[in-house]
Amino acid sequence: MTALRLALVGAPNSGKSTLFNGLTGGRAKVANYPGVTVERRVGHFSTPVGRSVELIDLPGIYGLAARSRDAEIAIHALVGQMADEAPPDAMLVLVEASILRTHLHSVLELKSLGRPMVLALNMIDLAERDGVKIDVEALERRLGIPVVTCRATRSSGRAGLLARLDHEFERVQPGSAKSMPVPKLNLKDLQREARSIAKEAIVFEPPINRITRAVDSVVLHPLAGPLILAGLLFLVFQAVYAWSSIPMDAIDAAFTSLQALVKSSLPNGWISSLLADGVIAGVGSVIIFLPQIIILFAFILILEASGYMSRAAFLCDELMARVGLNGRSVIPLLSSFACAIPGIMSTRAIEGERDRLTTILIAPLMTCSARLPVYALIIGAFIPPRTVGIFNLQGLVLFGLYAAGILSAVVVAYVLRQTVTKGKAQPLLMELPSYKLPDLNTFLLDLWARVRAFLKRAGTIILGVAIALWFLASFPATSEGVRGSFAGMIGRVLEPILAPIGFNLQIAIALVPGMAAREVAVAALGTVYSLQGADNHVNHSLASVLQHAWSLPTGLAFLAWYVFAPQCLSTLVVARREMNSWKWTAFMFGYLFALAYIASGLTYWIATALMTA
Amino acid sequence: MGKVVELNSLSLGQMGRVAGFSSEDTELETKLREIGFAEGDEVELLHRGPIGGTPVSVRLARTIIALRRKEAAAILVELQE
Repeated sequence: MTALRLALVGAPNSGKSTLFNGLTGGRAKVANYPGVTVERRVGHFSTPVGRSVELIDLPGIYGLAARSRDAEIAIHALVGQMADEAPPDAMLVLVEASILRTHLHSVLELKSLGRPMVLALNMIDLAERDGVKIDVEALERRLGIPVVTCRATRSSGRAGLLARLDHEFERVQPGSAKSMPVPKLNLKDLQREARSIAKEAIVFEPPINRITRAVDSVVLHPLAGPLILAGLLFLVFQAVYAWSSIPMDAIDAAFTSLQALVKSSLPNGWISSLLADGVIAGVGSVIIFLPQIIILFAFILILEASGYMSRAAFLCDELMARVGLNGRSVIPLLSSFACAIPGIMSTRAIEGERDRLTTILIAPLMTCSARLPVYALIIGAFIPPRTVGIFNLQGLVLFGLYAAGILSAVVVAYVLRQTVTKGKAQPLLMELPSYKLPDLNTFLLDLWARVRAFLKRAGTIILGVAIALWFLASFPATSEGVRGSFAGMIGRVLEPILAPIGFNLQIAIALVPGMAAREVAVAALGTVYSLQGADNHVNHSLASVLQHAWSLPTGLAFLAWYVFAPQCLSTLVVARREMNSWKWTAFMFGYLFALAYIASGLTYWIATALMTA
Repeated sequence: MGKVVELNSLSLGQMGRVAGFSSEDTELETKLREIGFAEGDEVELLHRGPIGGTPVSVRLARTIIALRRKEAAAILVELQE
């Protein structure tokens, strides 16, 4: 018998993902709906009597009137207006029990579709703890649909729901649901009806949760709120850098020894080089960021599940609104200081598609940690460690590079919102959920899903790219090394284009393998300038070689280049996936290169002019 | 009957009941209704954002909703006597 296709429907924060993970064990097939960036998650489970169910997790909706692209997709999928997808056979509608009154009208909207449905009142434990009393039988009778209470985080809390699904959907024939247009409803009438039902079904409703109220009065305080947010962000970034150094060193050491092992056990030749310098080095250069990504996502998930994230969005909203974004863009952008990959992946929480697109497009302007090795090398070589007032000049330049990235992001966001990502400003309408203790099981499953997505990319696309770049830098094999390779030839083609902004042939060549990841450029420069030896040694001597080989304007132009240049294929690959568009990926690549070129050019010309004056 | 004002003009901690929607923008009214605002619901202004007093957080029955000043102004509130 074919599986029953069950749509999981509910408002954001109703605990949909938790229930999905609980029922399916977290095993989901994740894909995008065709042509849009909205994620489609499908999982499977069996009911107590052994019926197989395909569970479709739809984006959160408050009703059948679309507020965002995500909601529109969810609604179209529900009524069966999606191309290549039959409507679901039945619906499992989830509402947070303690705020049933506010959401009851959306249950009536969904009921108007006429599909078989069960209403689950989730987080019943929290509602009961607060003292909310619901007459489930009265609710069932008045709504005319089966109602069950549940606690999505516990298997005991889901048992009643599962049994009810078996009972209610016993006669539902998979595949018999018909497509229909989205019904036009009079919301005002539905709300009136919902209120009359609530009057009978909600026996007692205490005031709002005291803890939530008390915490909000501190966390949303006009003065204390921003300070707490800044403190939390400081803590997160400290953790991302400080806690990750030991595992990152360990990963680095593991890949280095694996490289050495391959080189020593295989005969010298292209196979050994491919494995050691291509595959292991390439994948290693991405896997090394895994600890940072795990720590960052752990914080994001905890902040999200606890209810704090919407408060952070609340505090930042006006600031972001002034450049045409909204509060939800803050976390992805801040995450991008560690690495644009998790930053771009976390833009999914942004409601408006244009806002989300703009956020993804500017994420690479946040100076990620991979740029630090490059900055450290060039600053060390060209900026004297003088003190300016109470500041160290090198530190000041580094700060200036970060500031340049942020300022240009503000300008770019503003310009994009006025031009290519133009669109009506999305109103901010956001529920601030009551504070909750995050559920460990859900947390681990969500974290694993992110890590798995990251590893999958490192193992597939990034691996392929690493091999391609290795090939370019290694063939044809000549006595000239990388200079005689395809990378060298490409560098020669690029040189005349880059010469006006002060870049020499060596830089042009190093930029080719440096496409894989920004910090690879350091190693590539080392190779181009034919340096041998341990990493530290190379870094040290490379700085002194560059001091003689490059003029000061060239060094500064190179720094300016790295503020903007999209030299990270992993970021482009992730951006492509999240935007689901080659066109926008090409646009991102193009505008970043244009900015890099202009910024380096201006730096070079101005510096040259100042030095001759 | 109490005085009717825009939700945005309540002072912190002031309560009232939703009397209707002033917006010509029916799309906005739909969005406000979908997230739960309906005639007769009890509302209370809880907090204002740190910059320019926007967005505001509003208690709507047992939920808390954040919305910008402009959207809050579209909700009419009857003050409690």
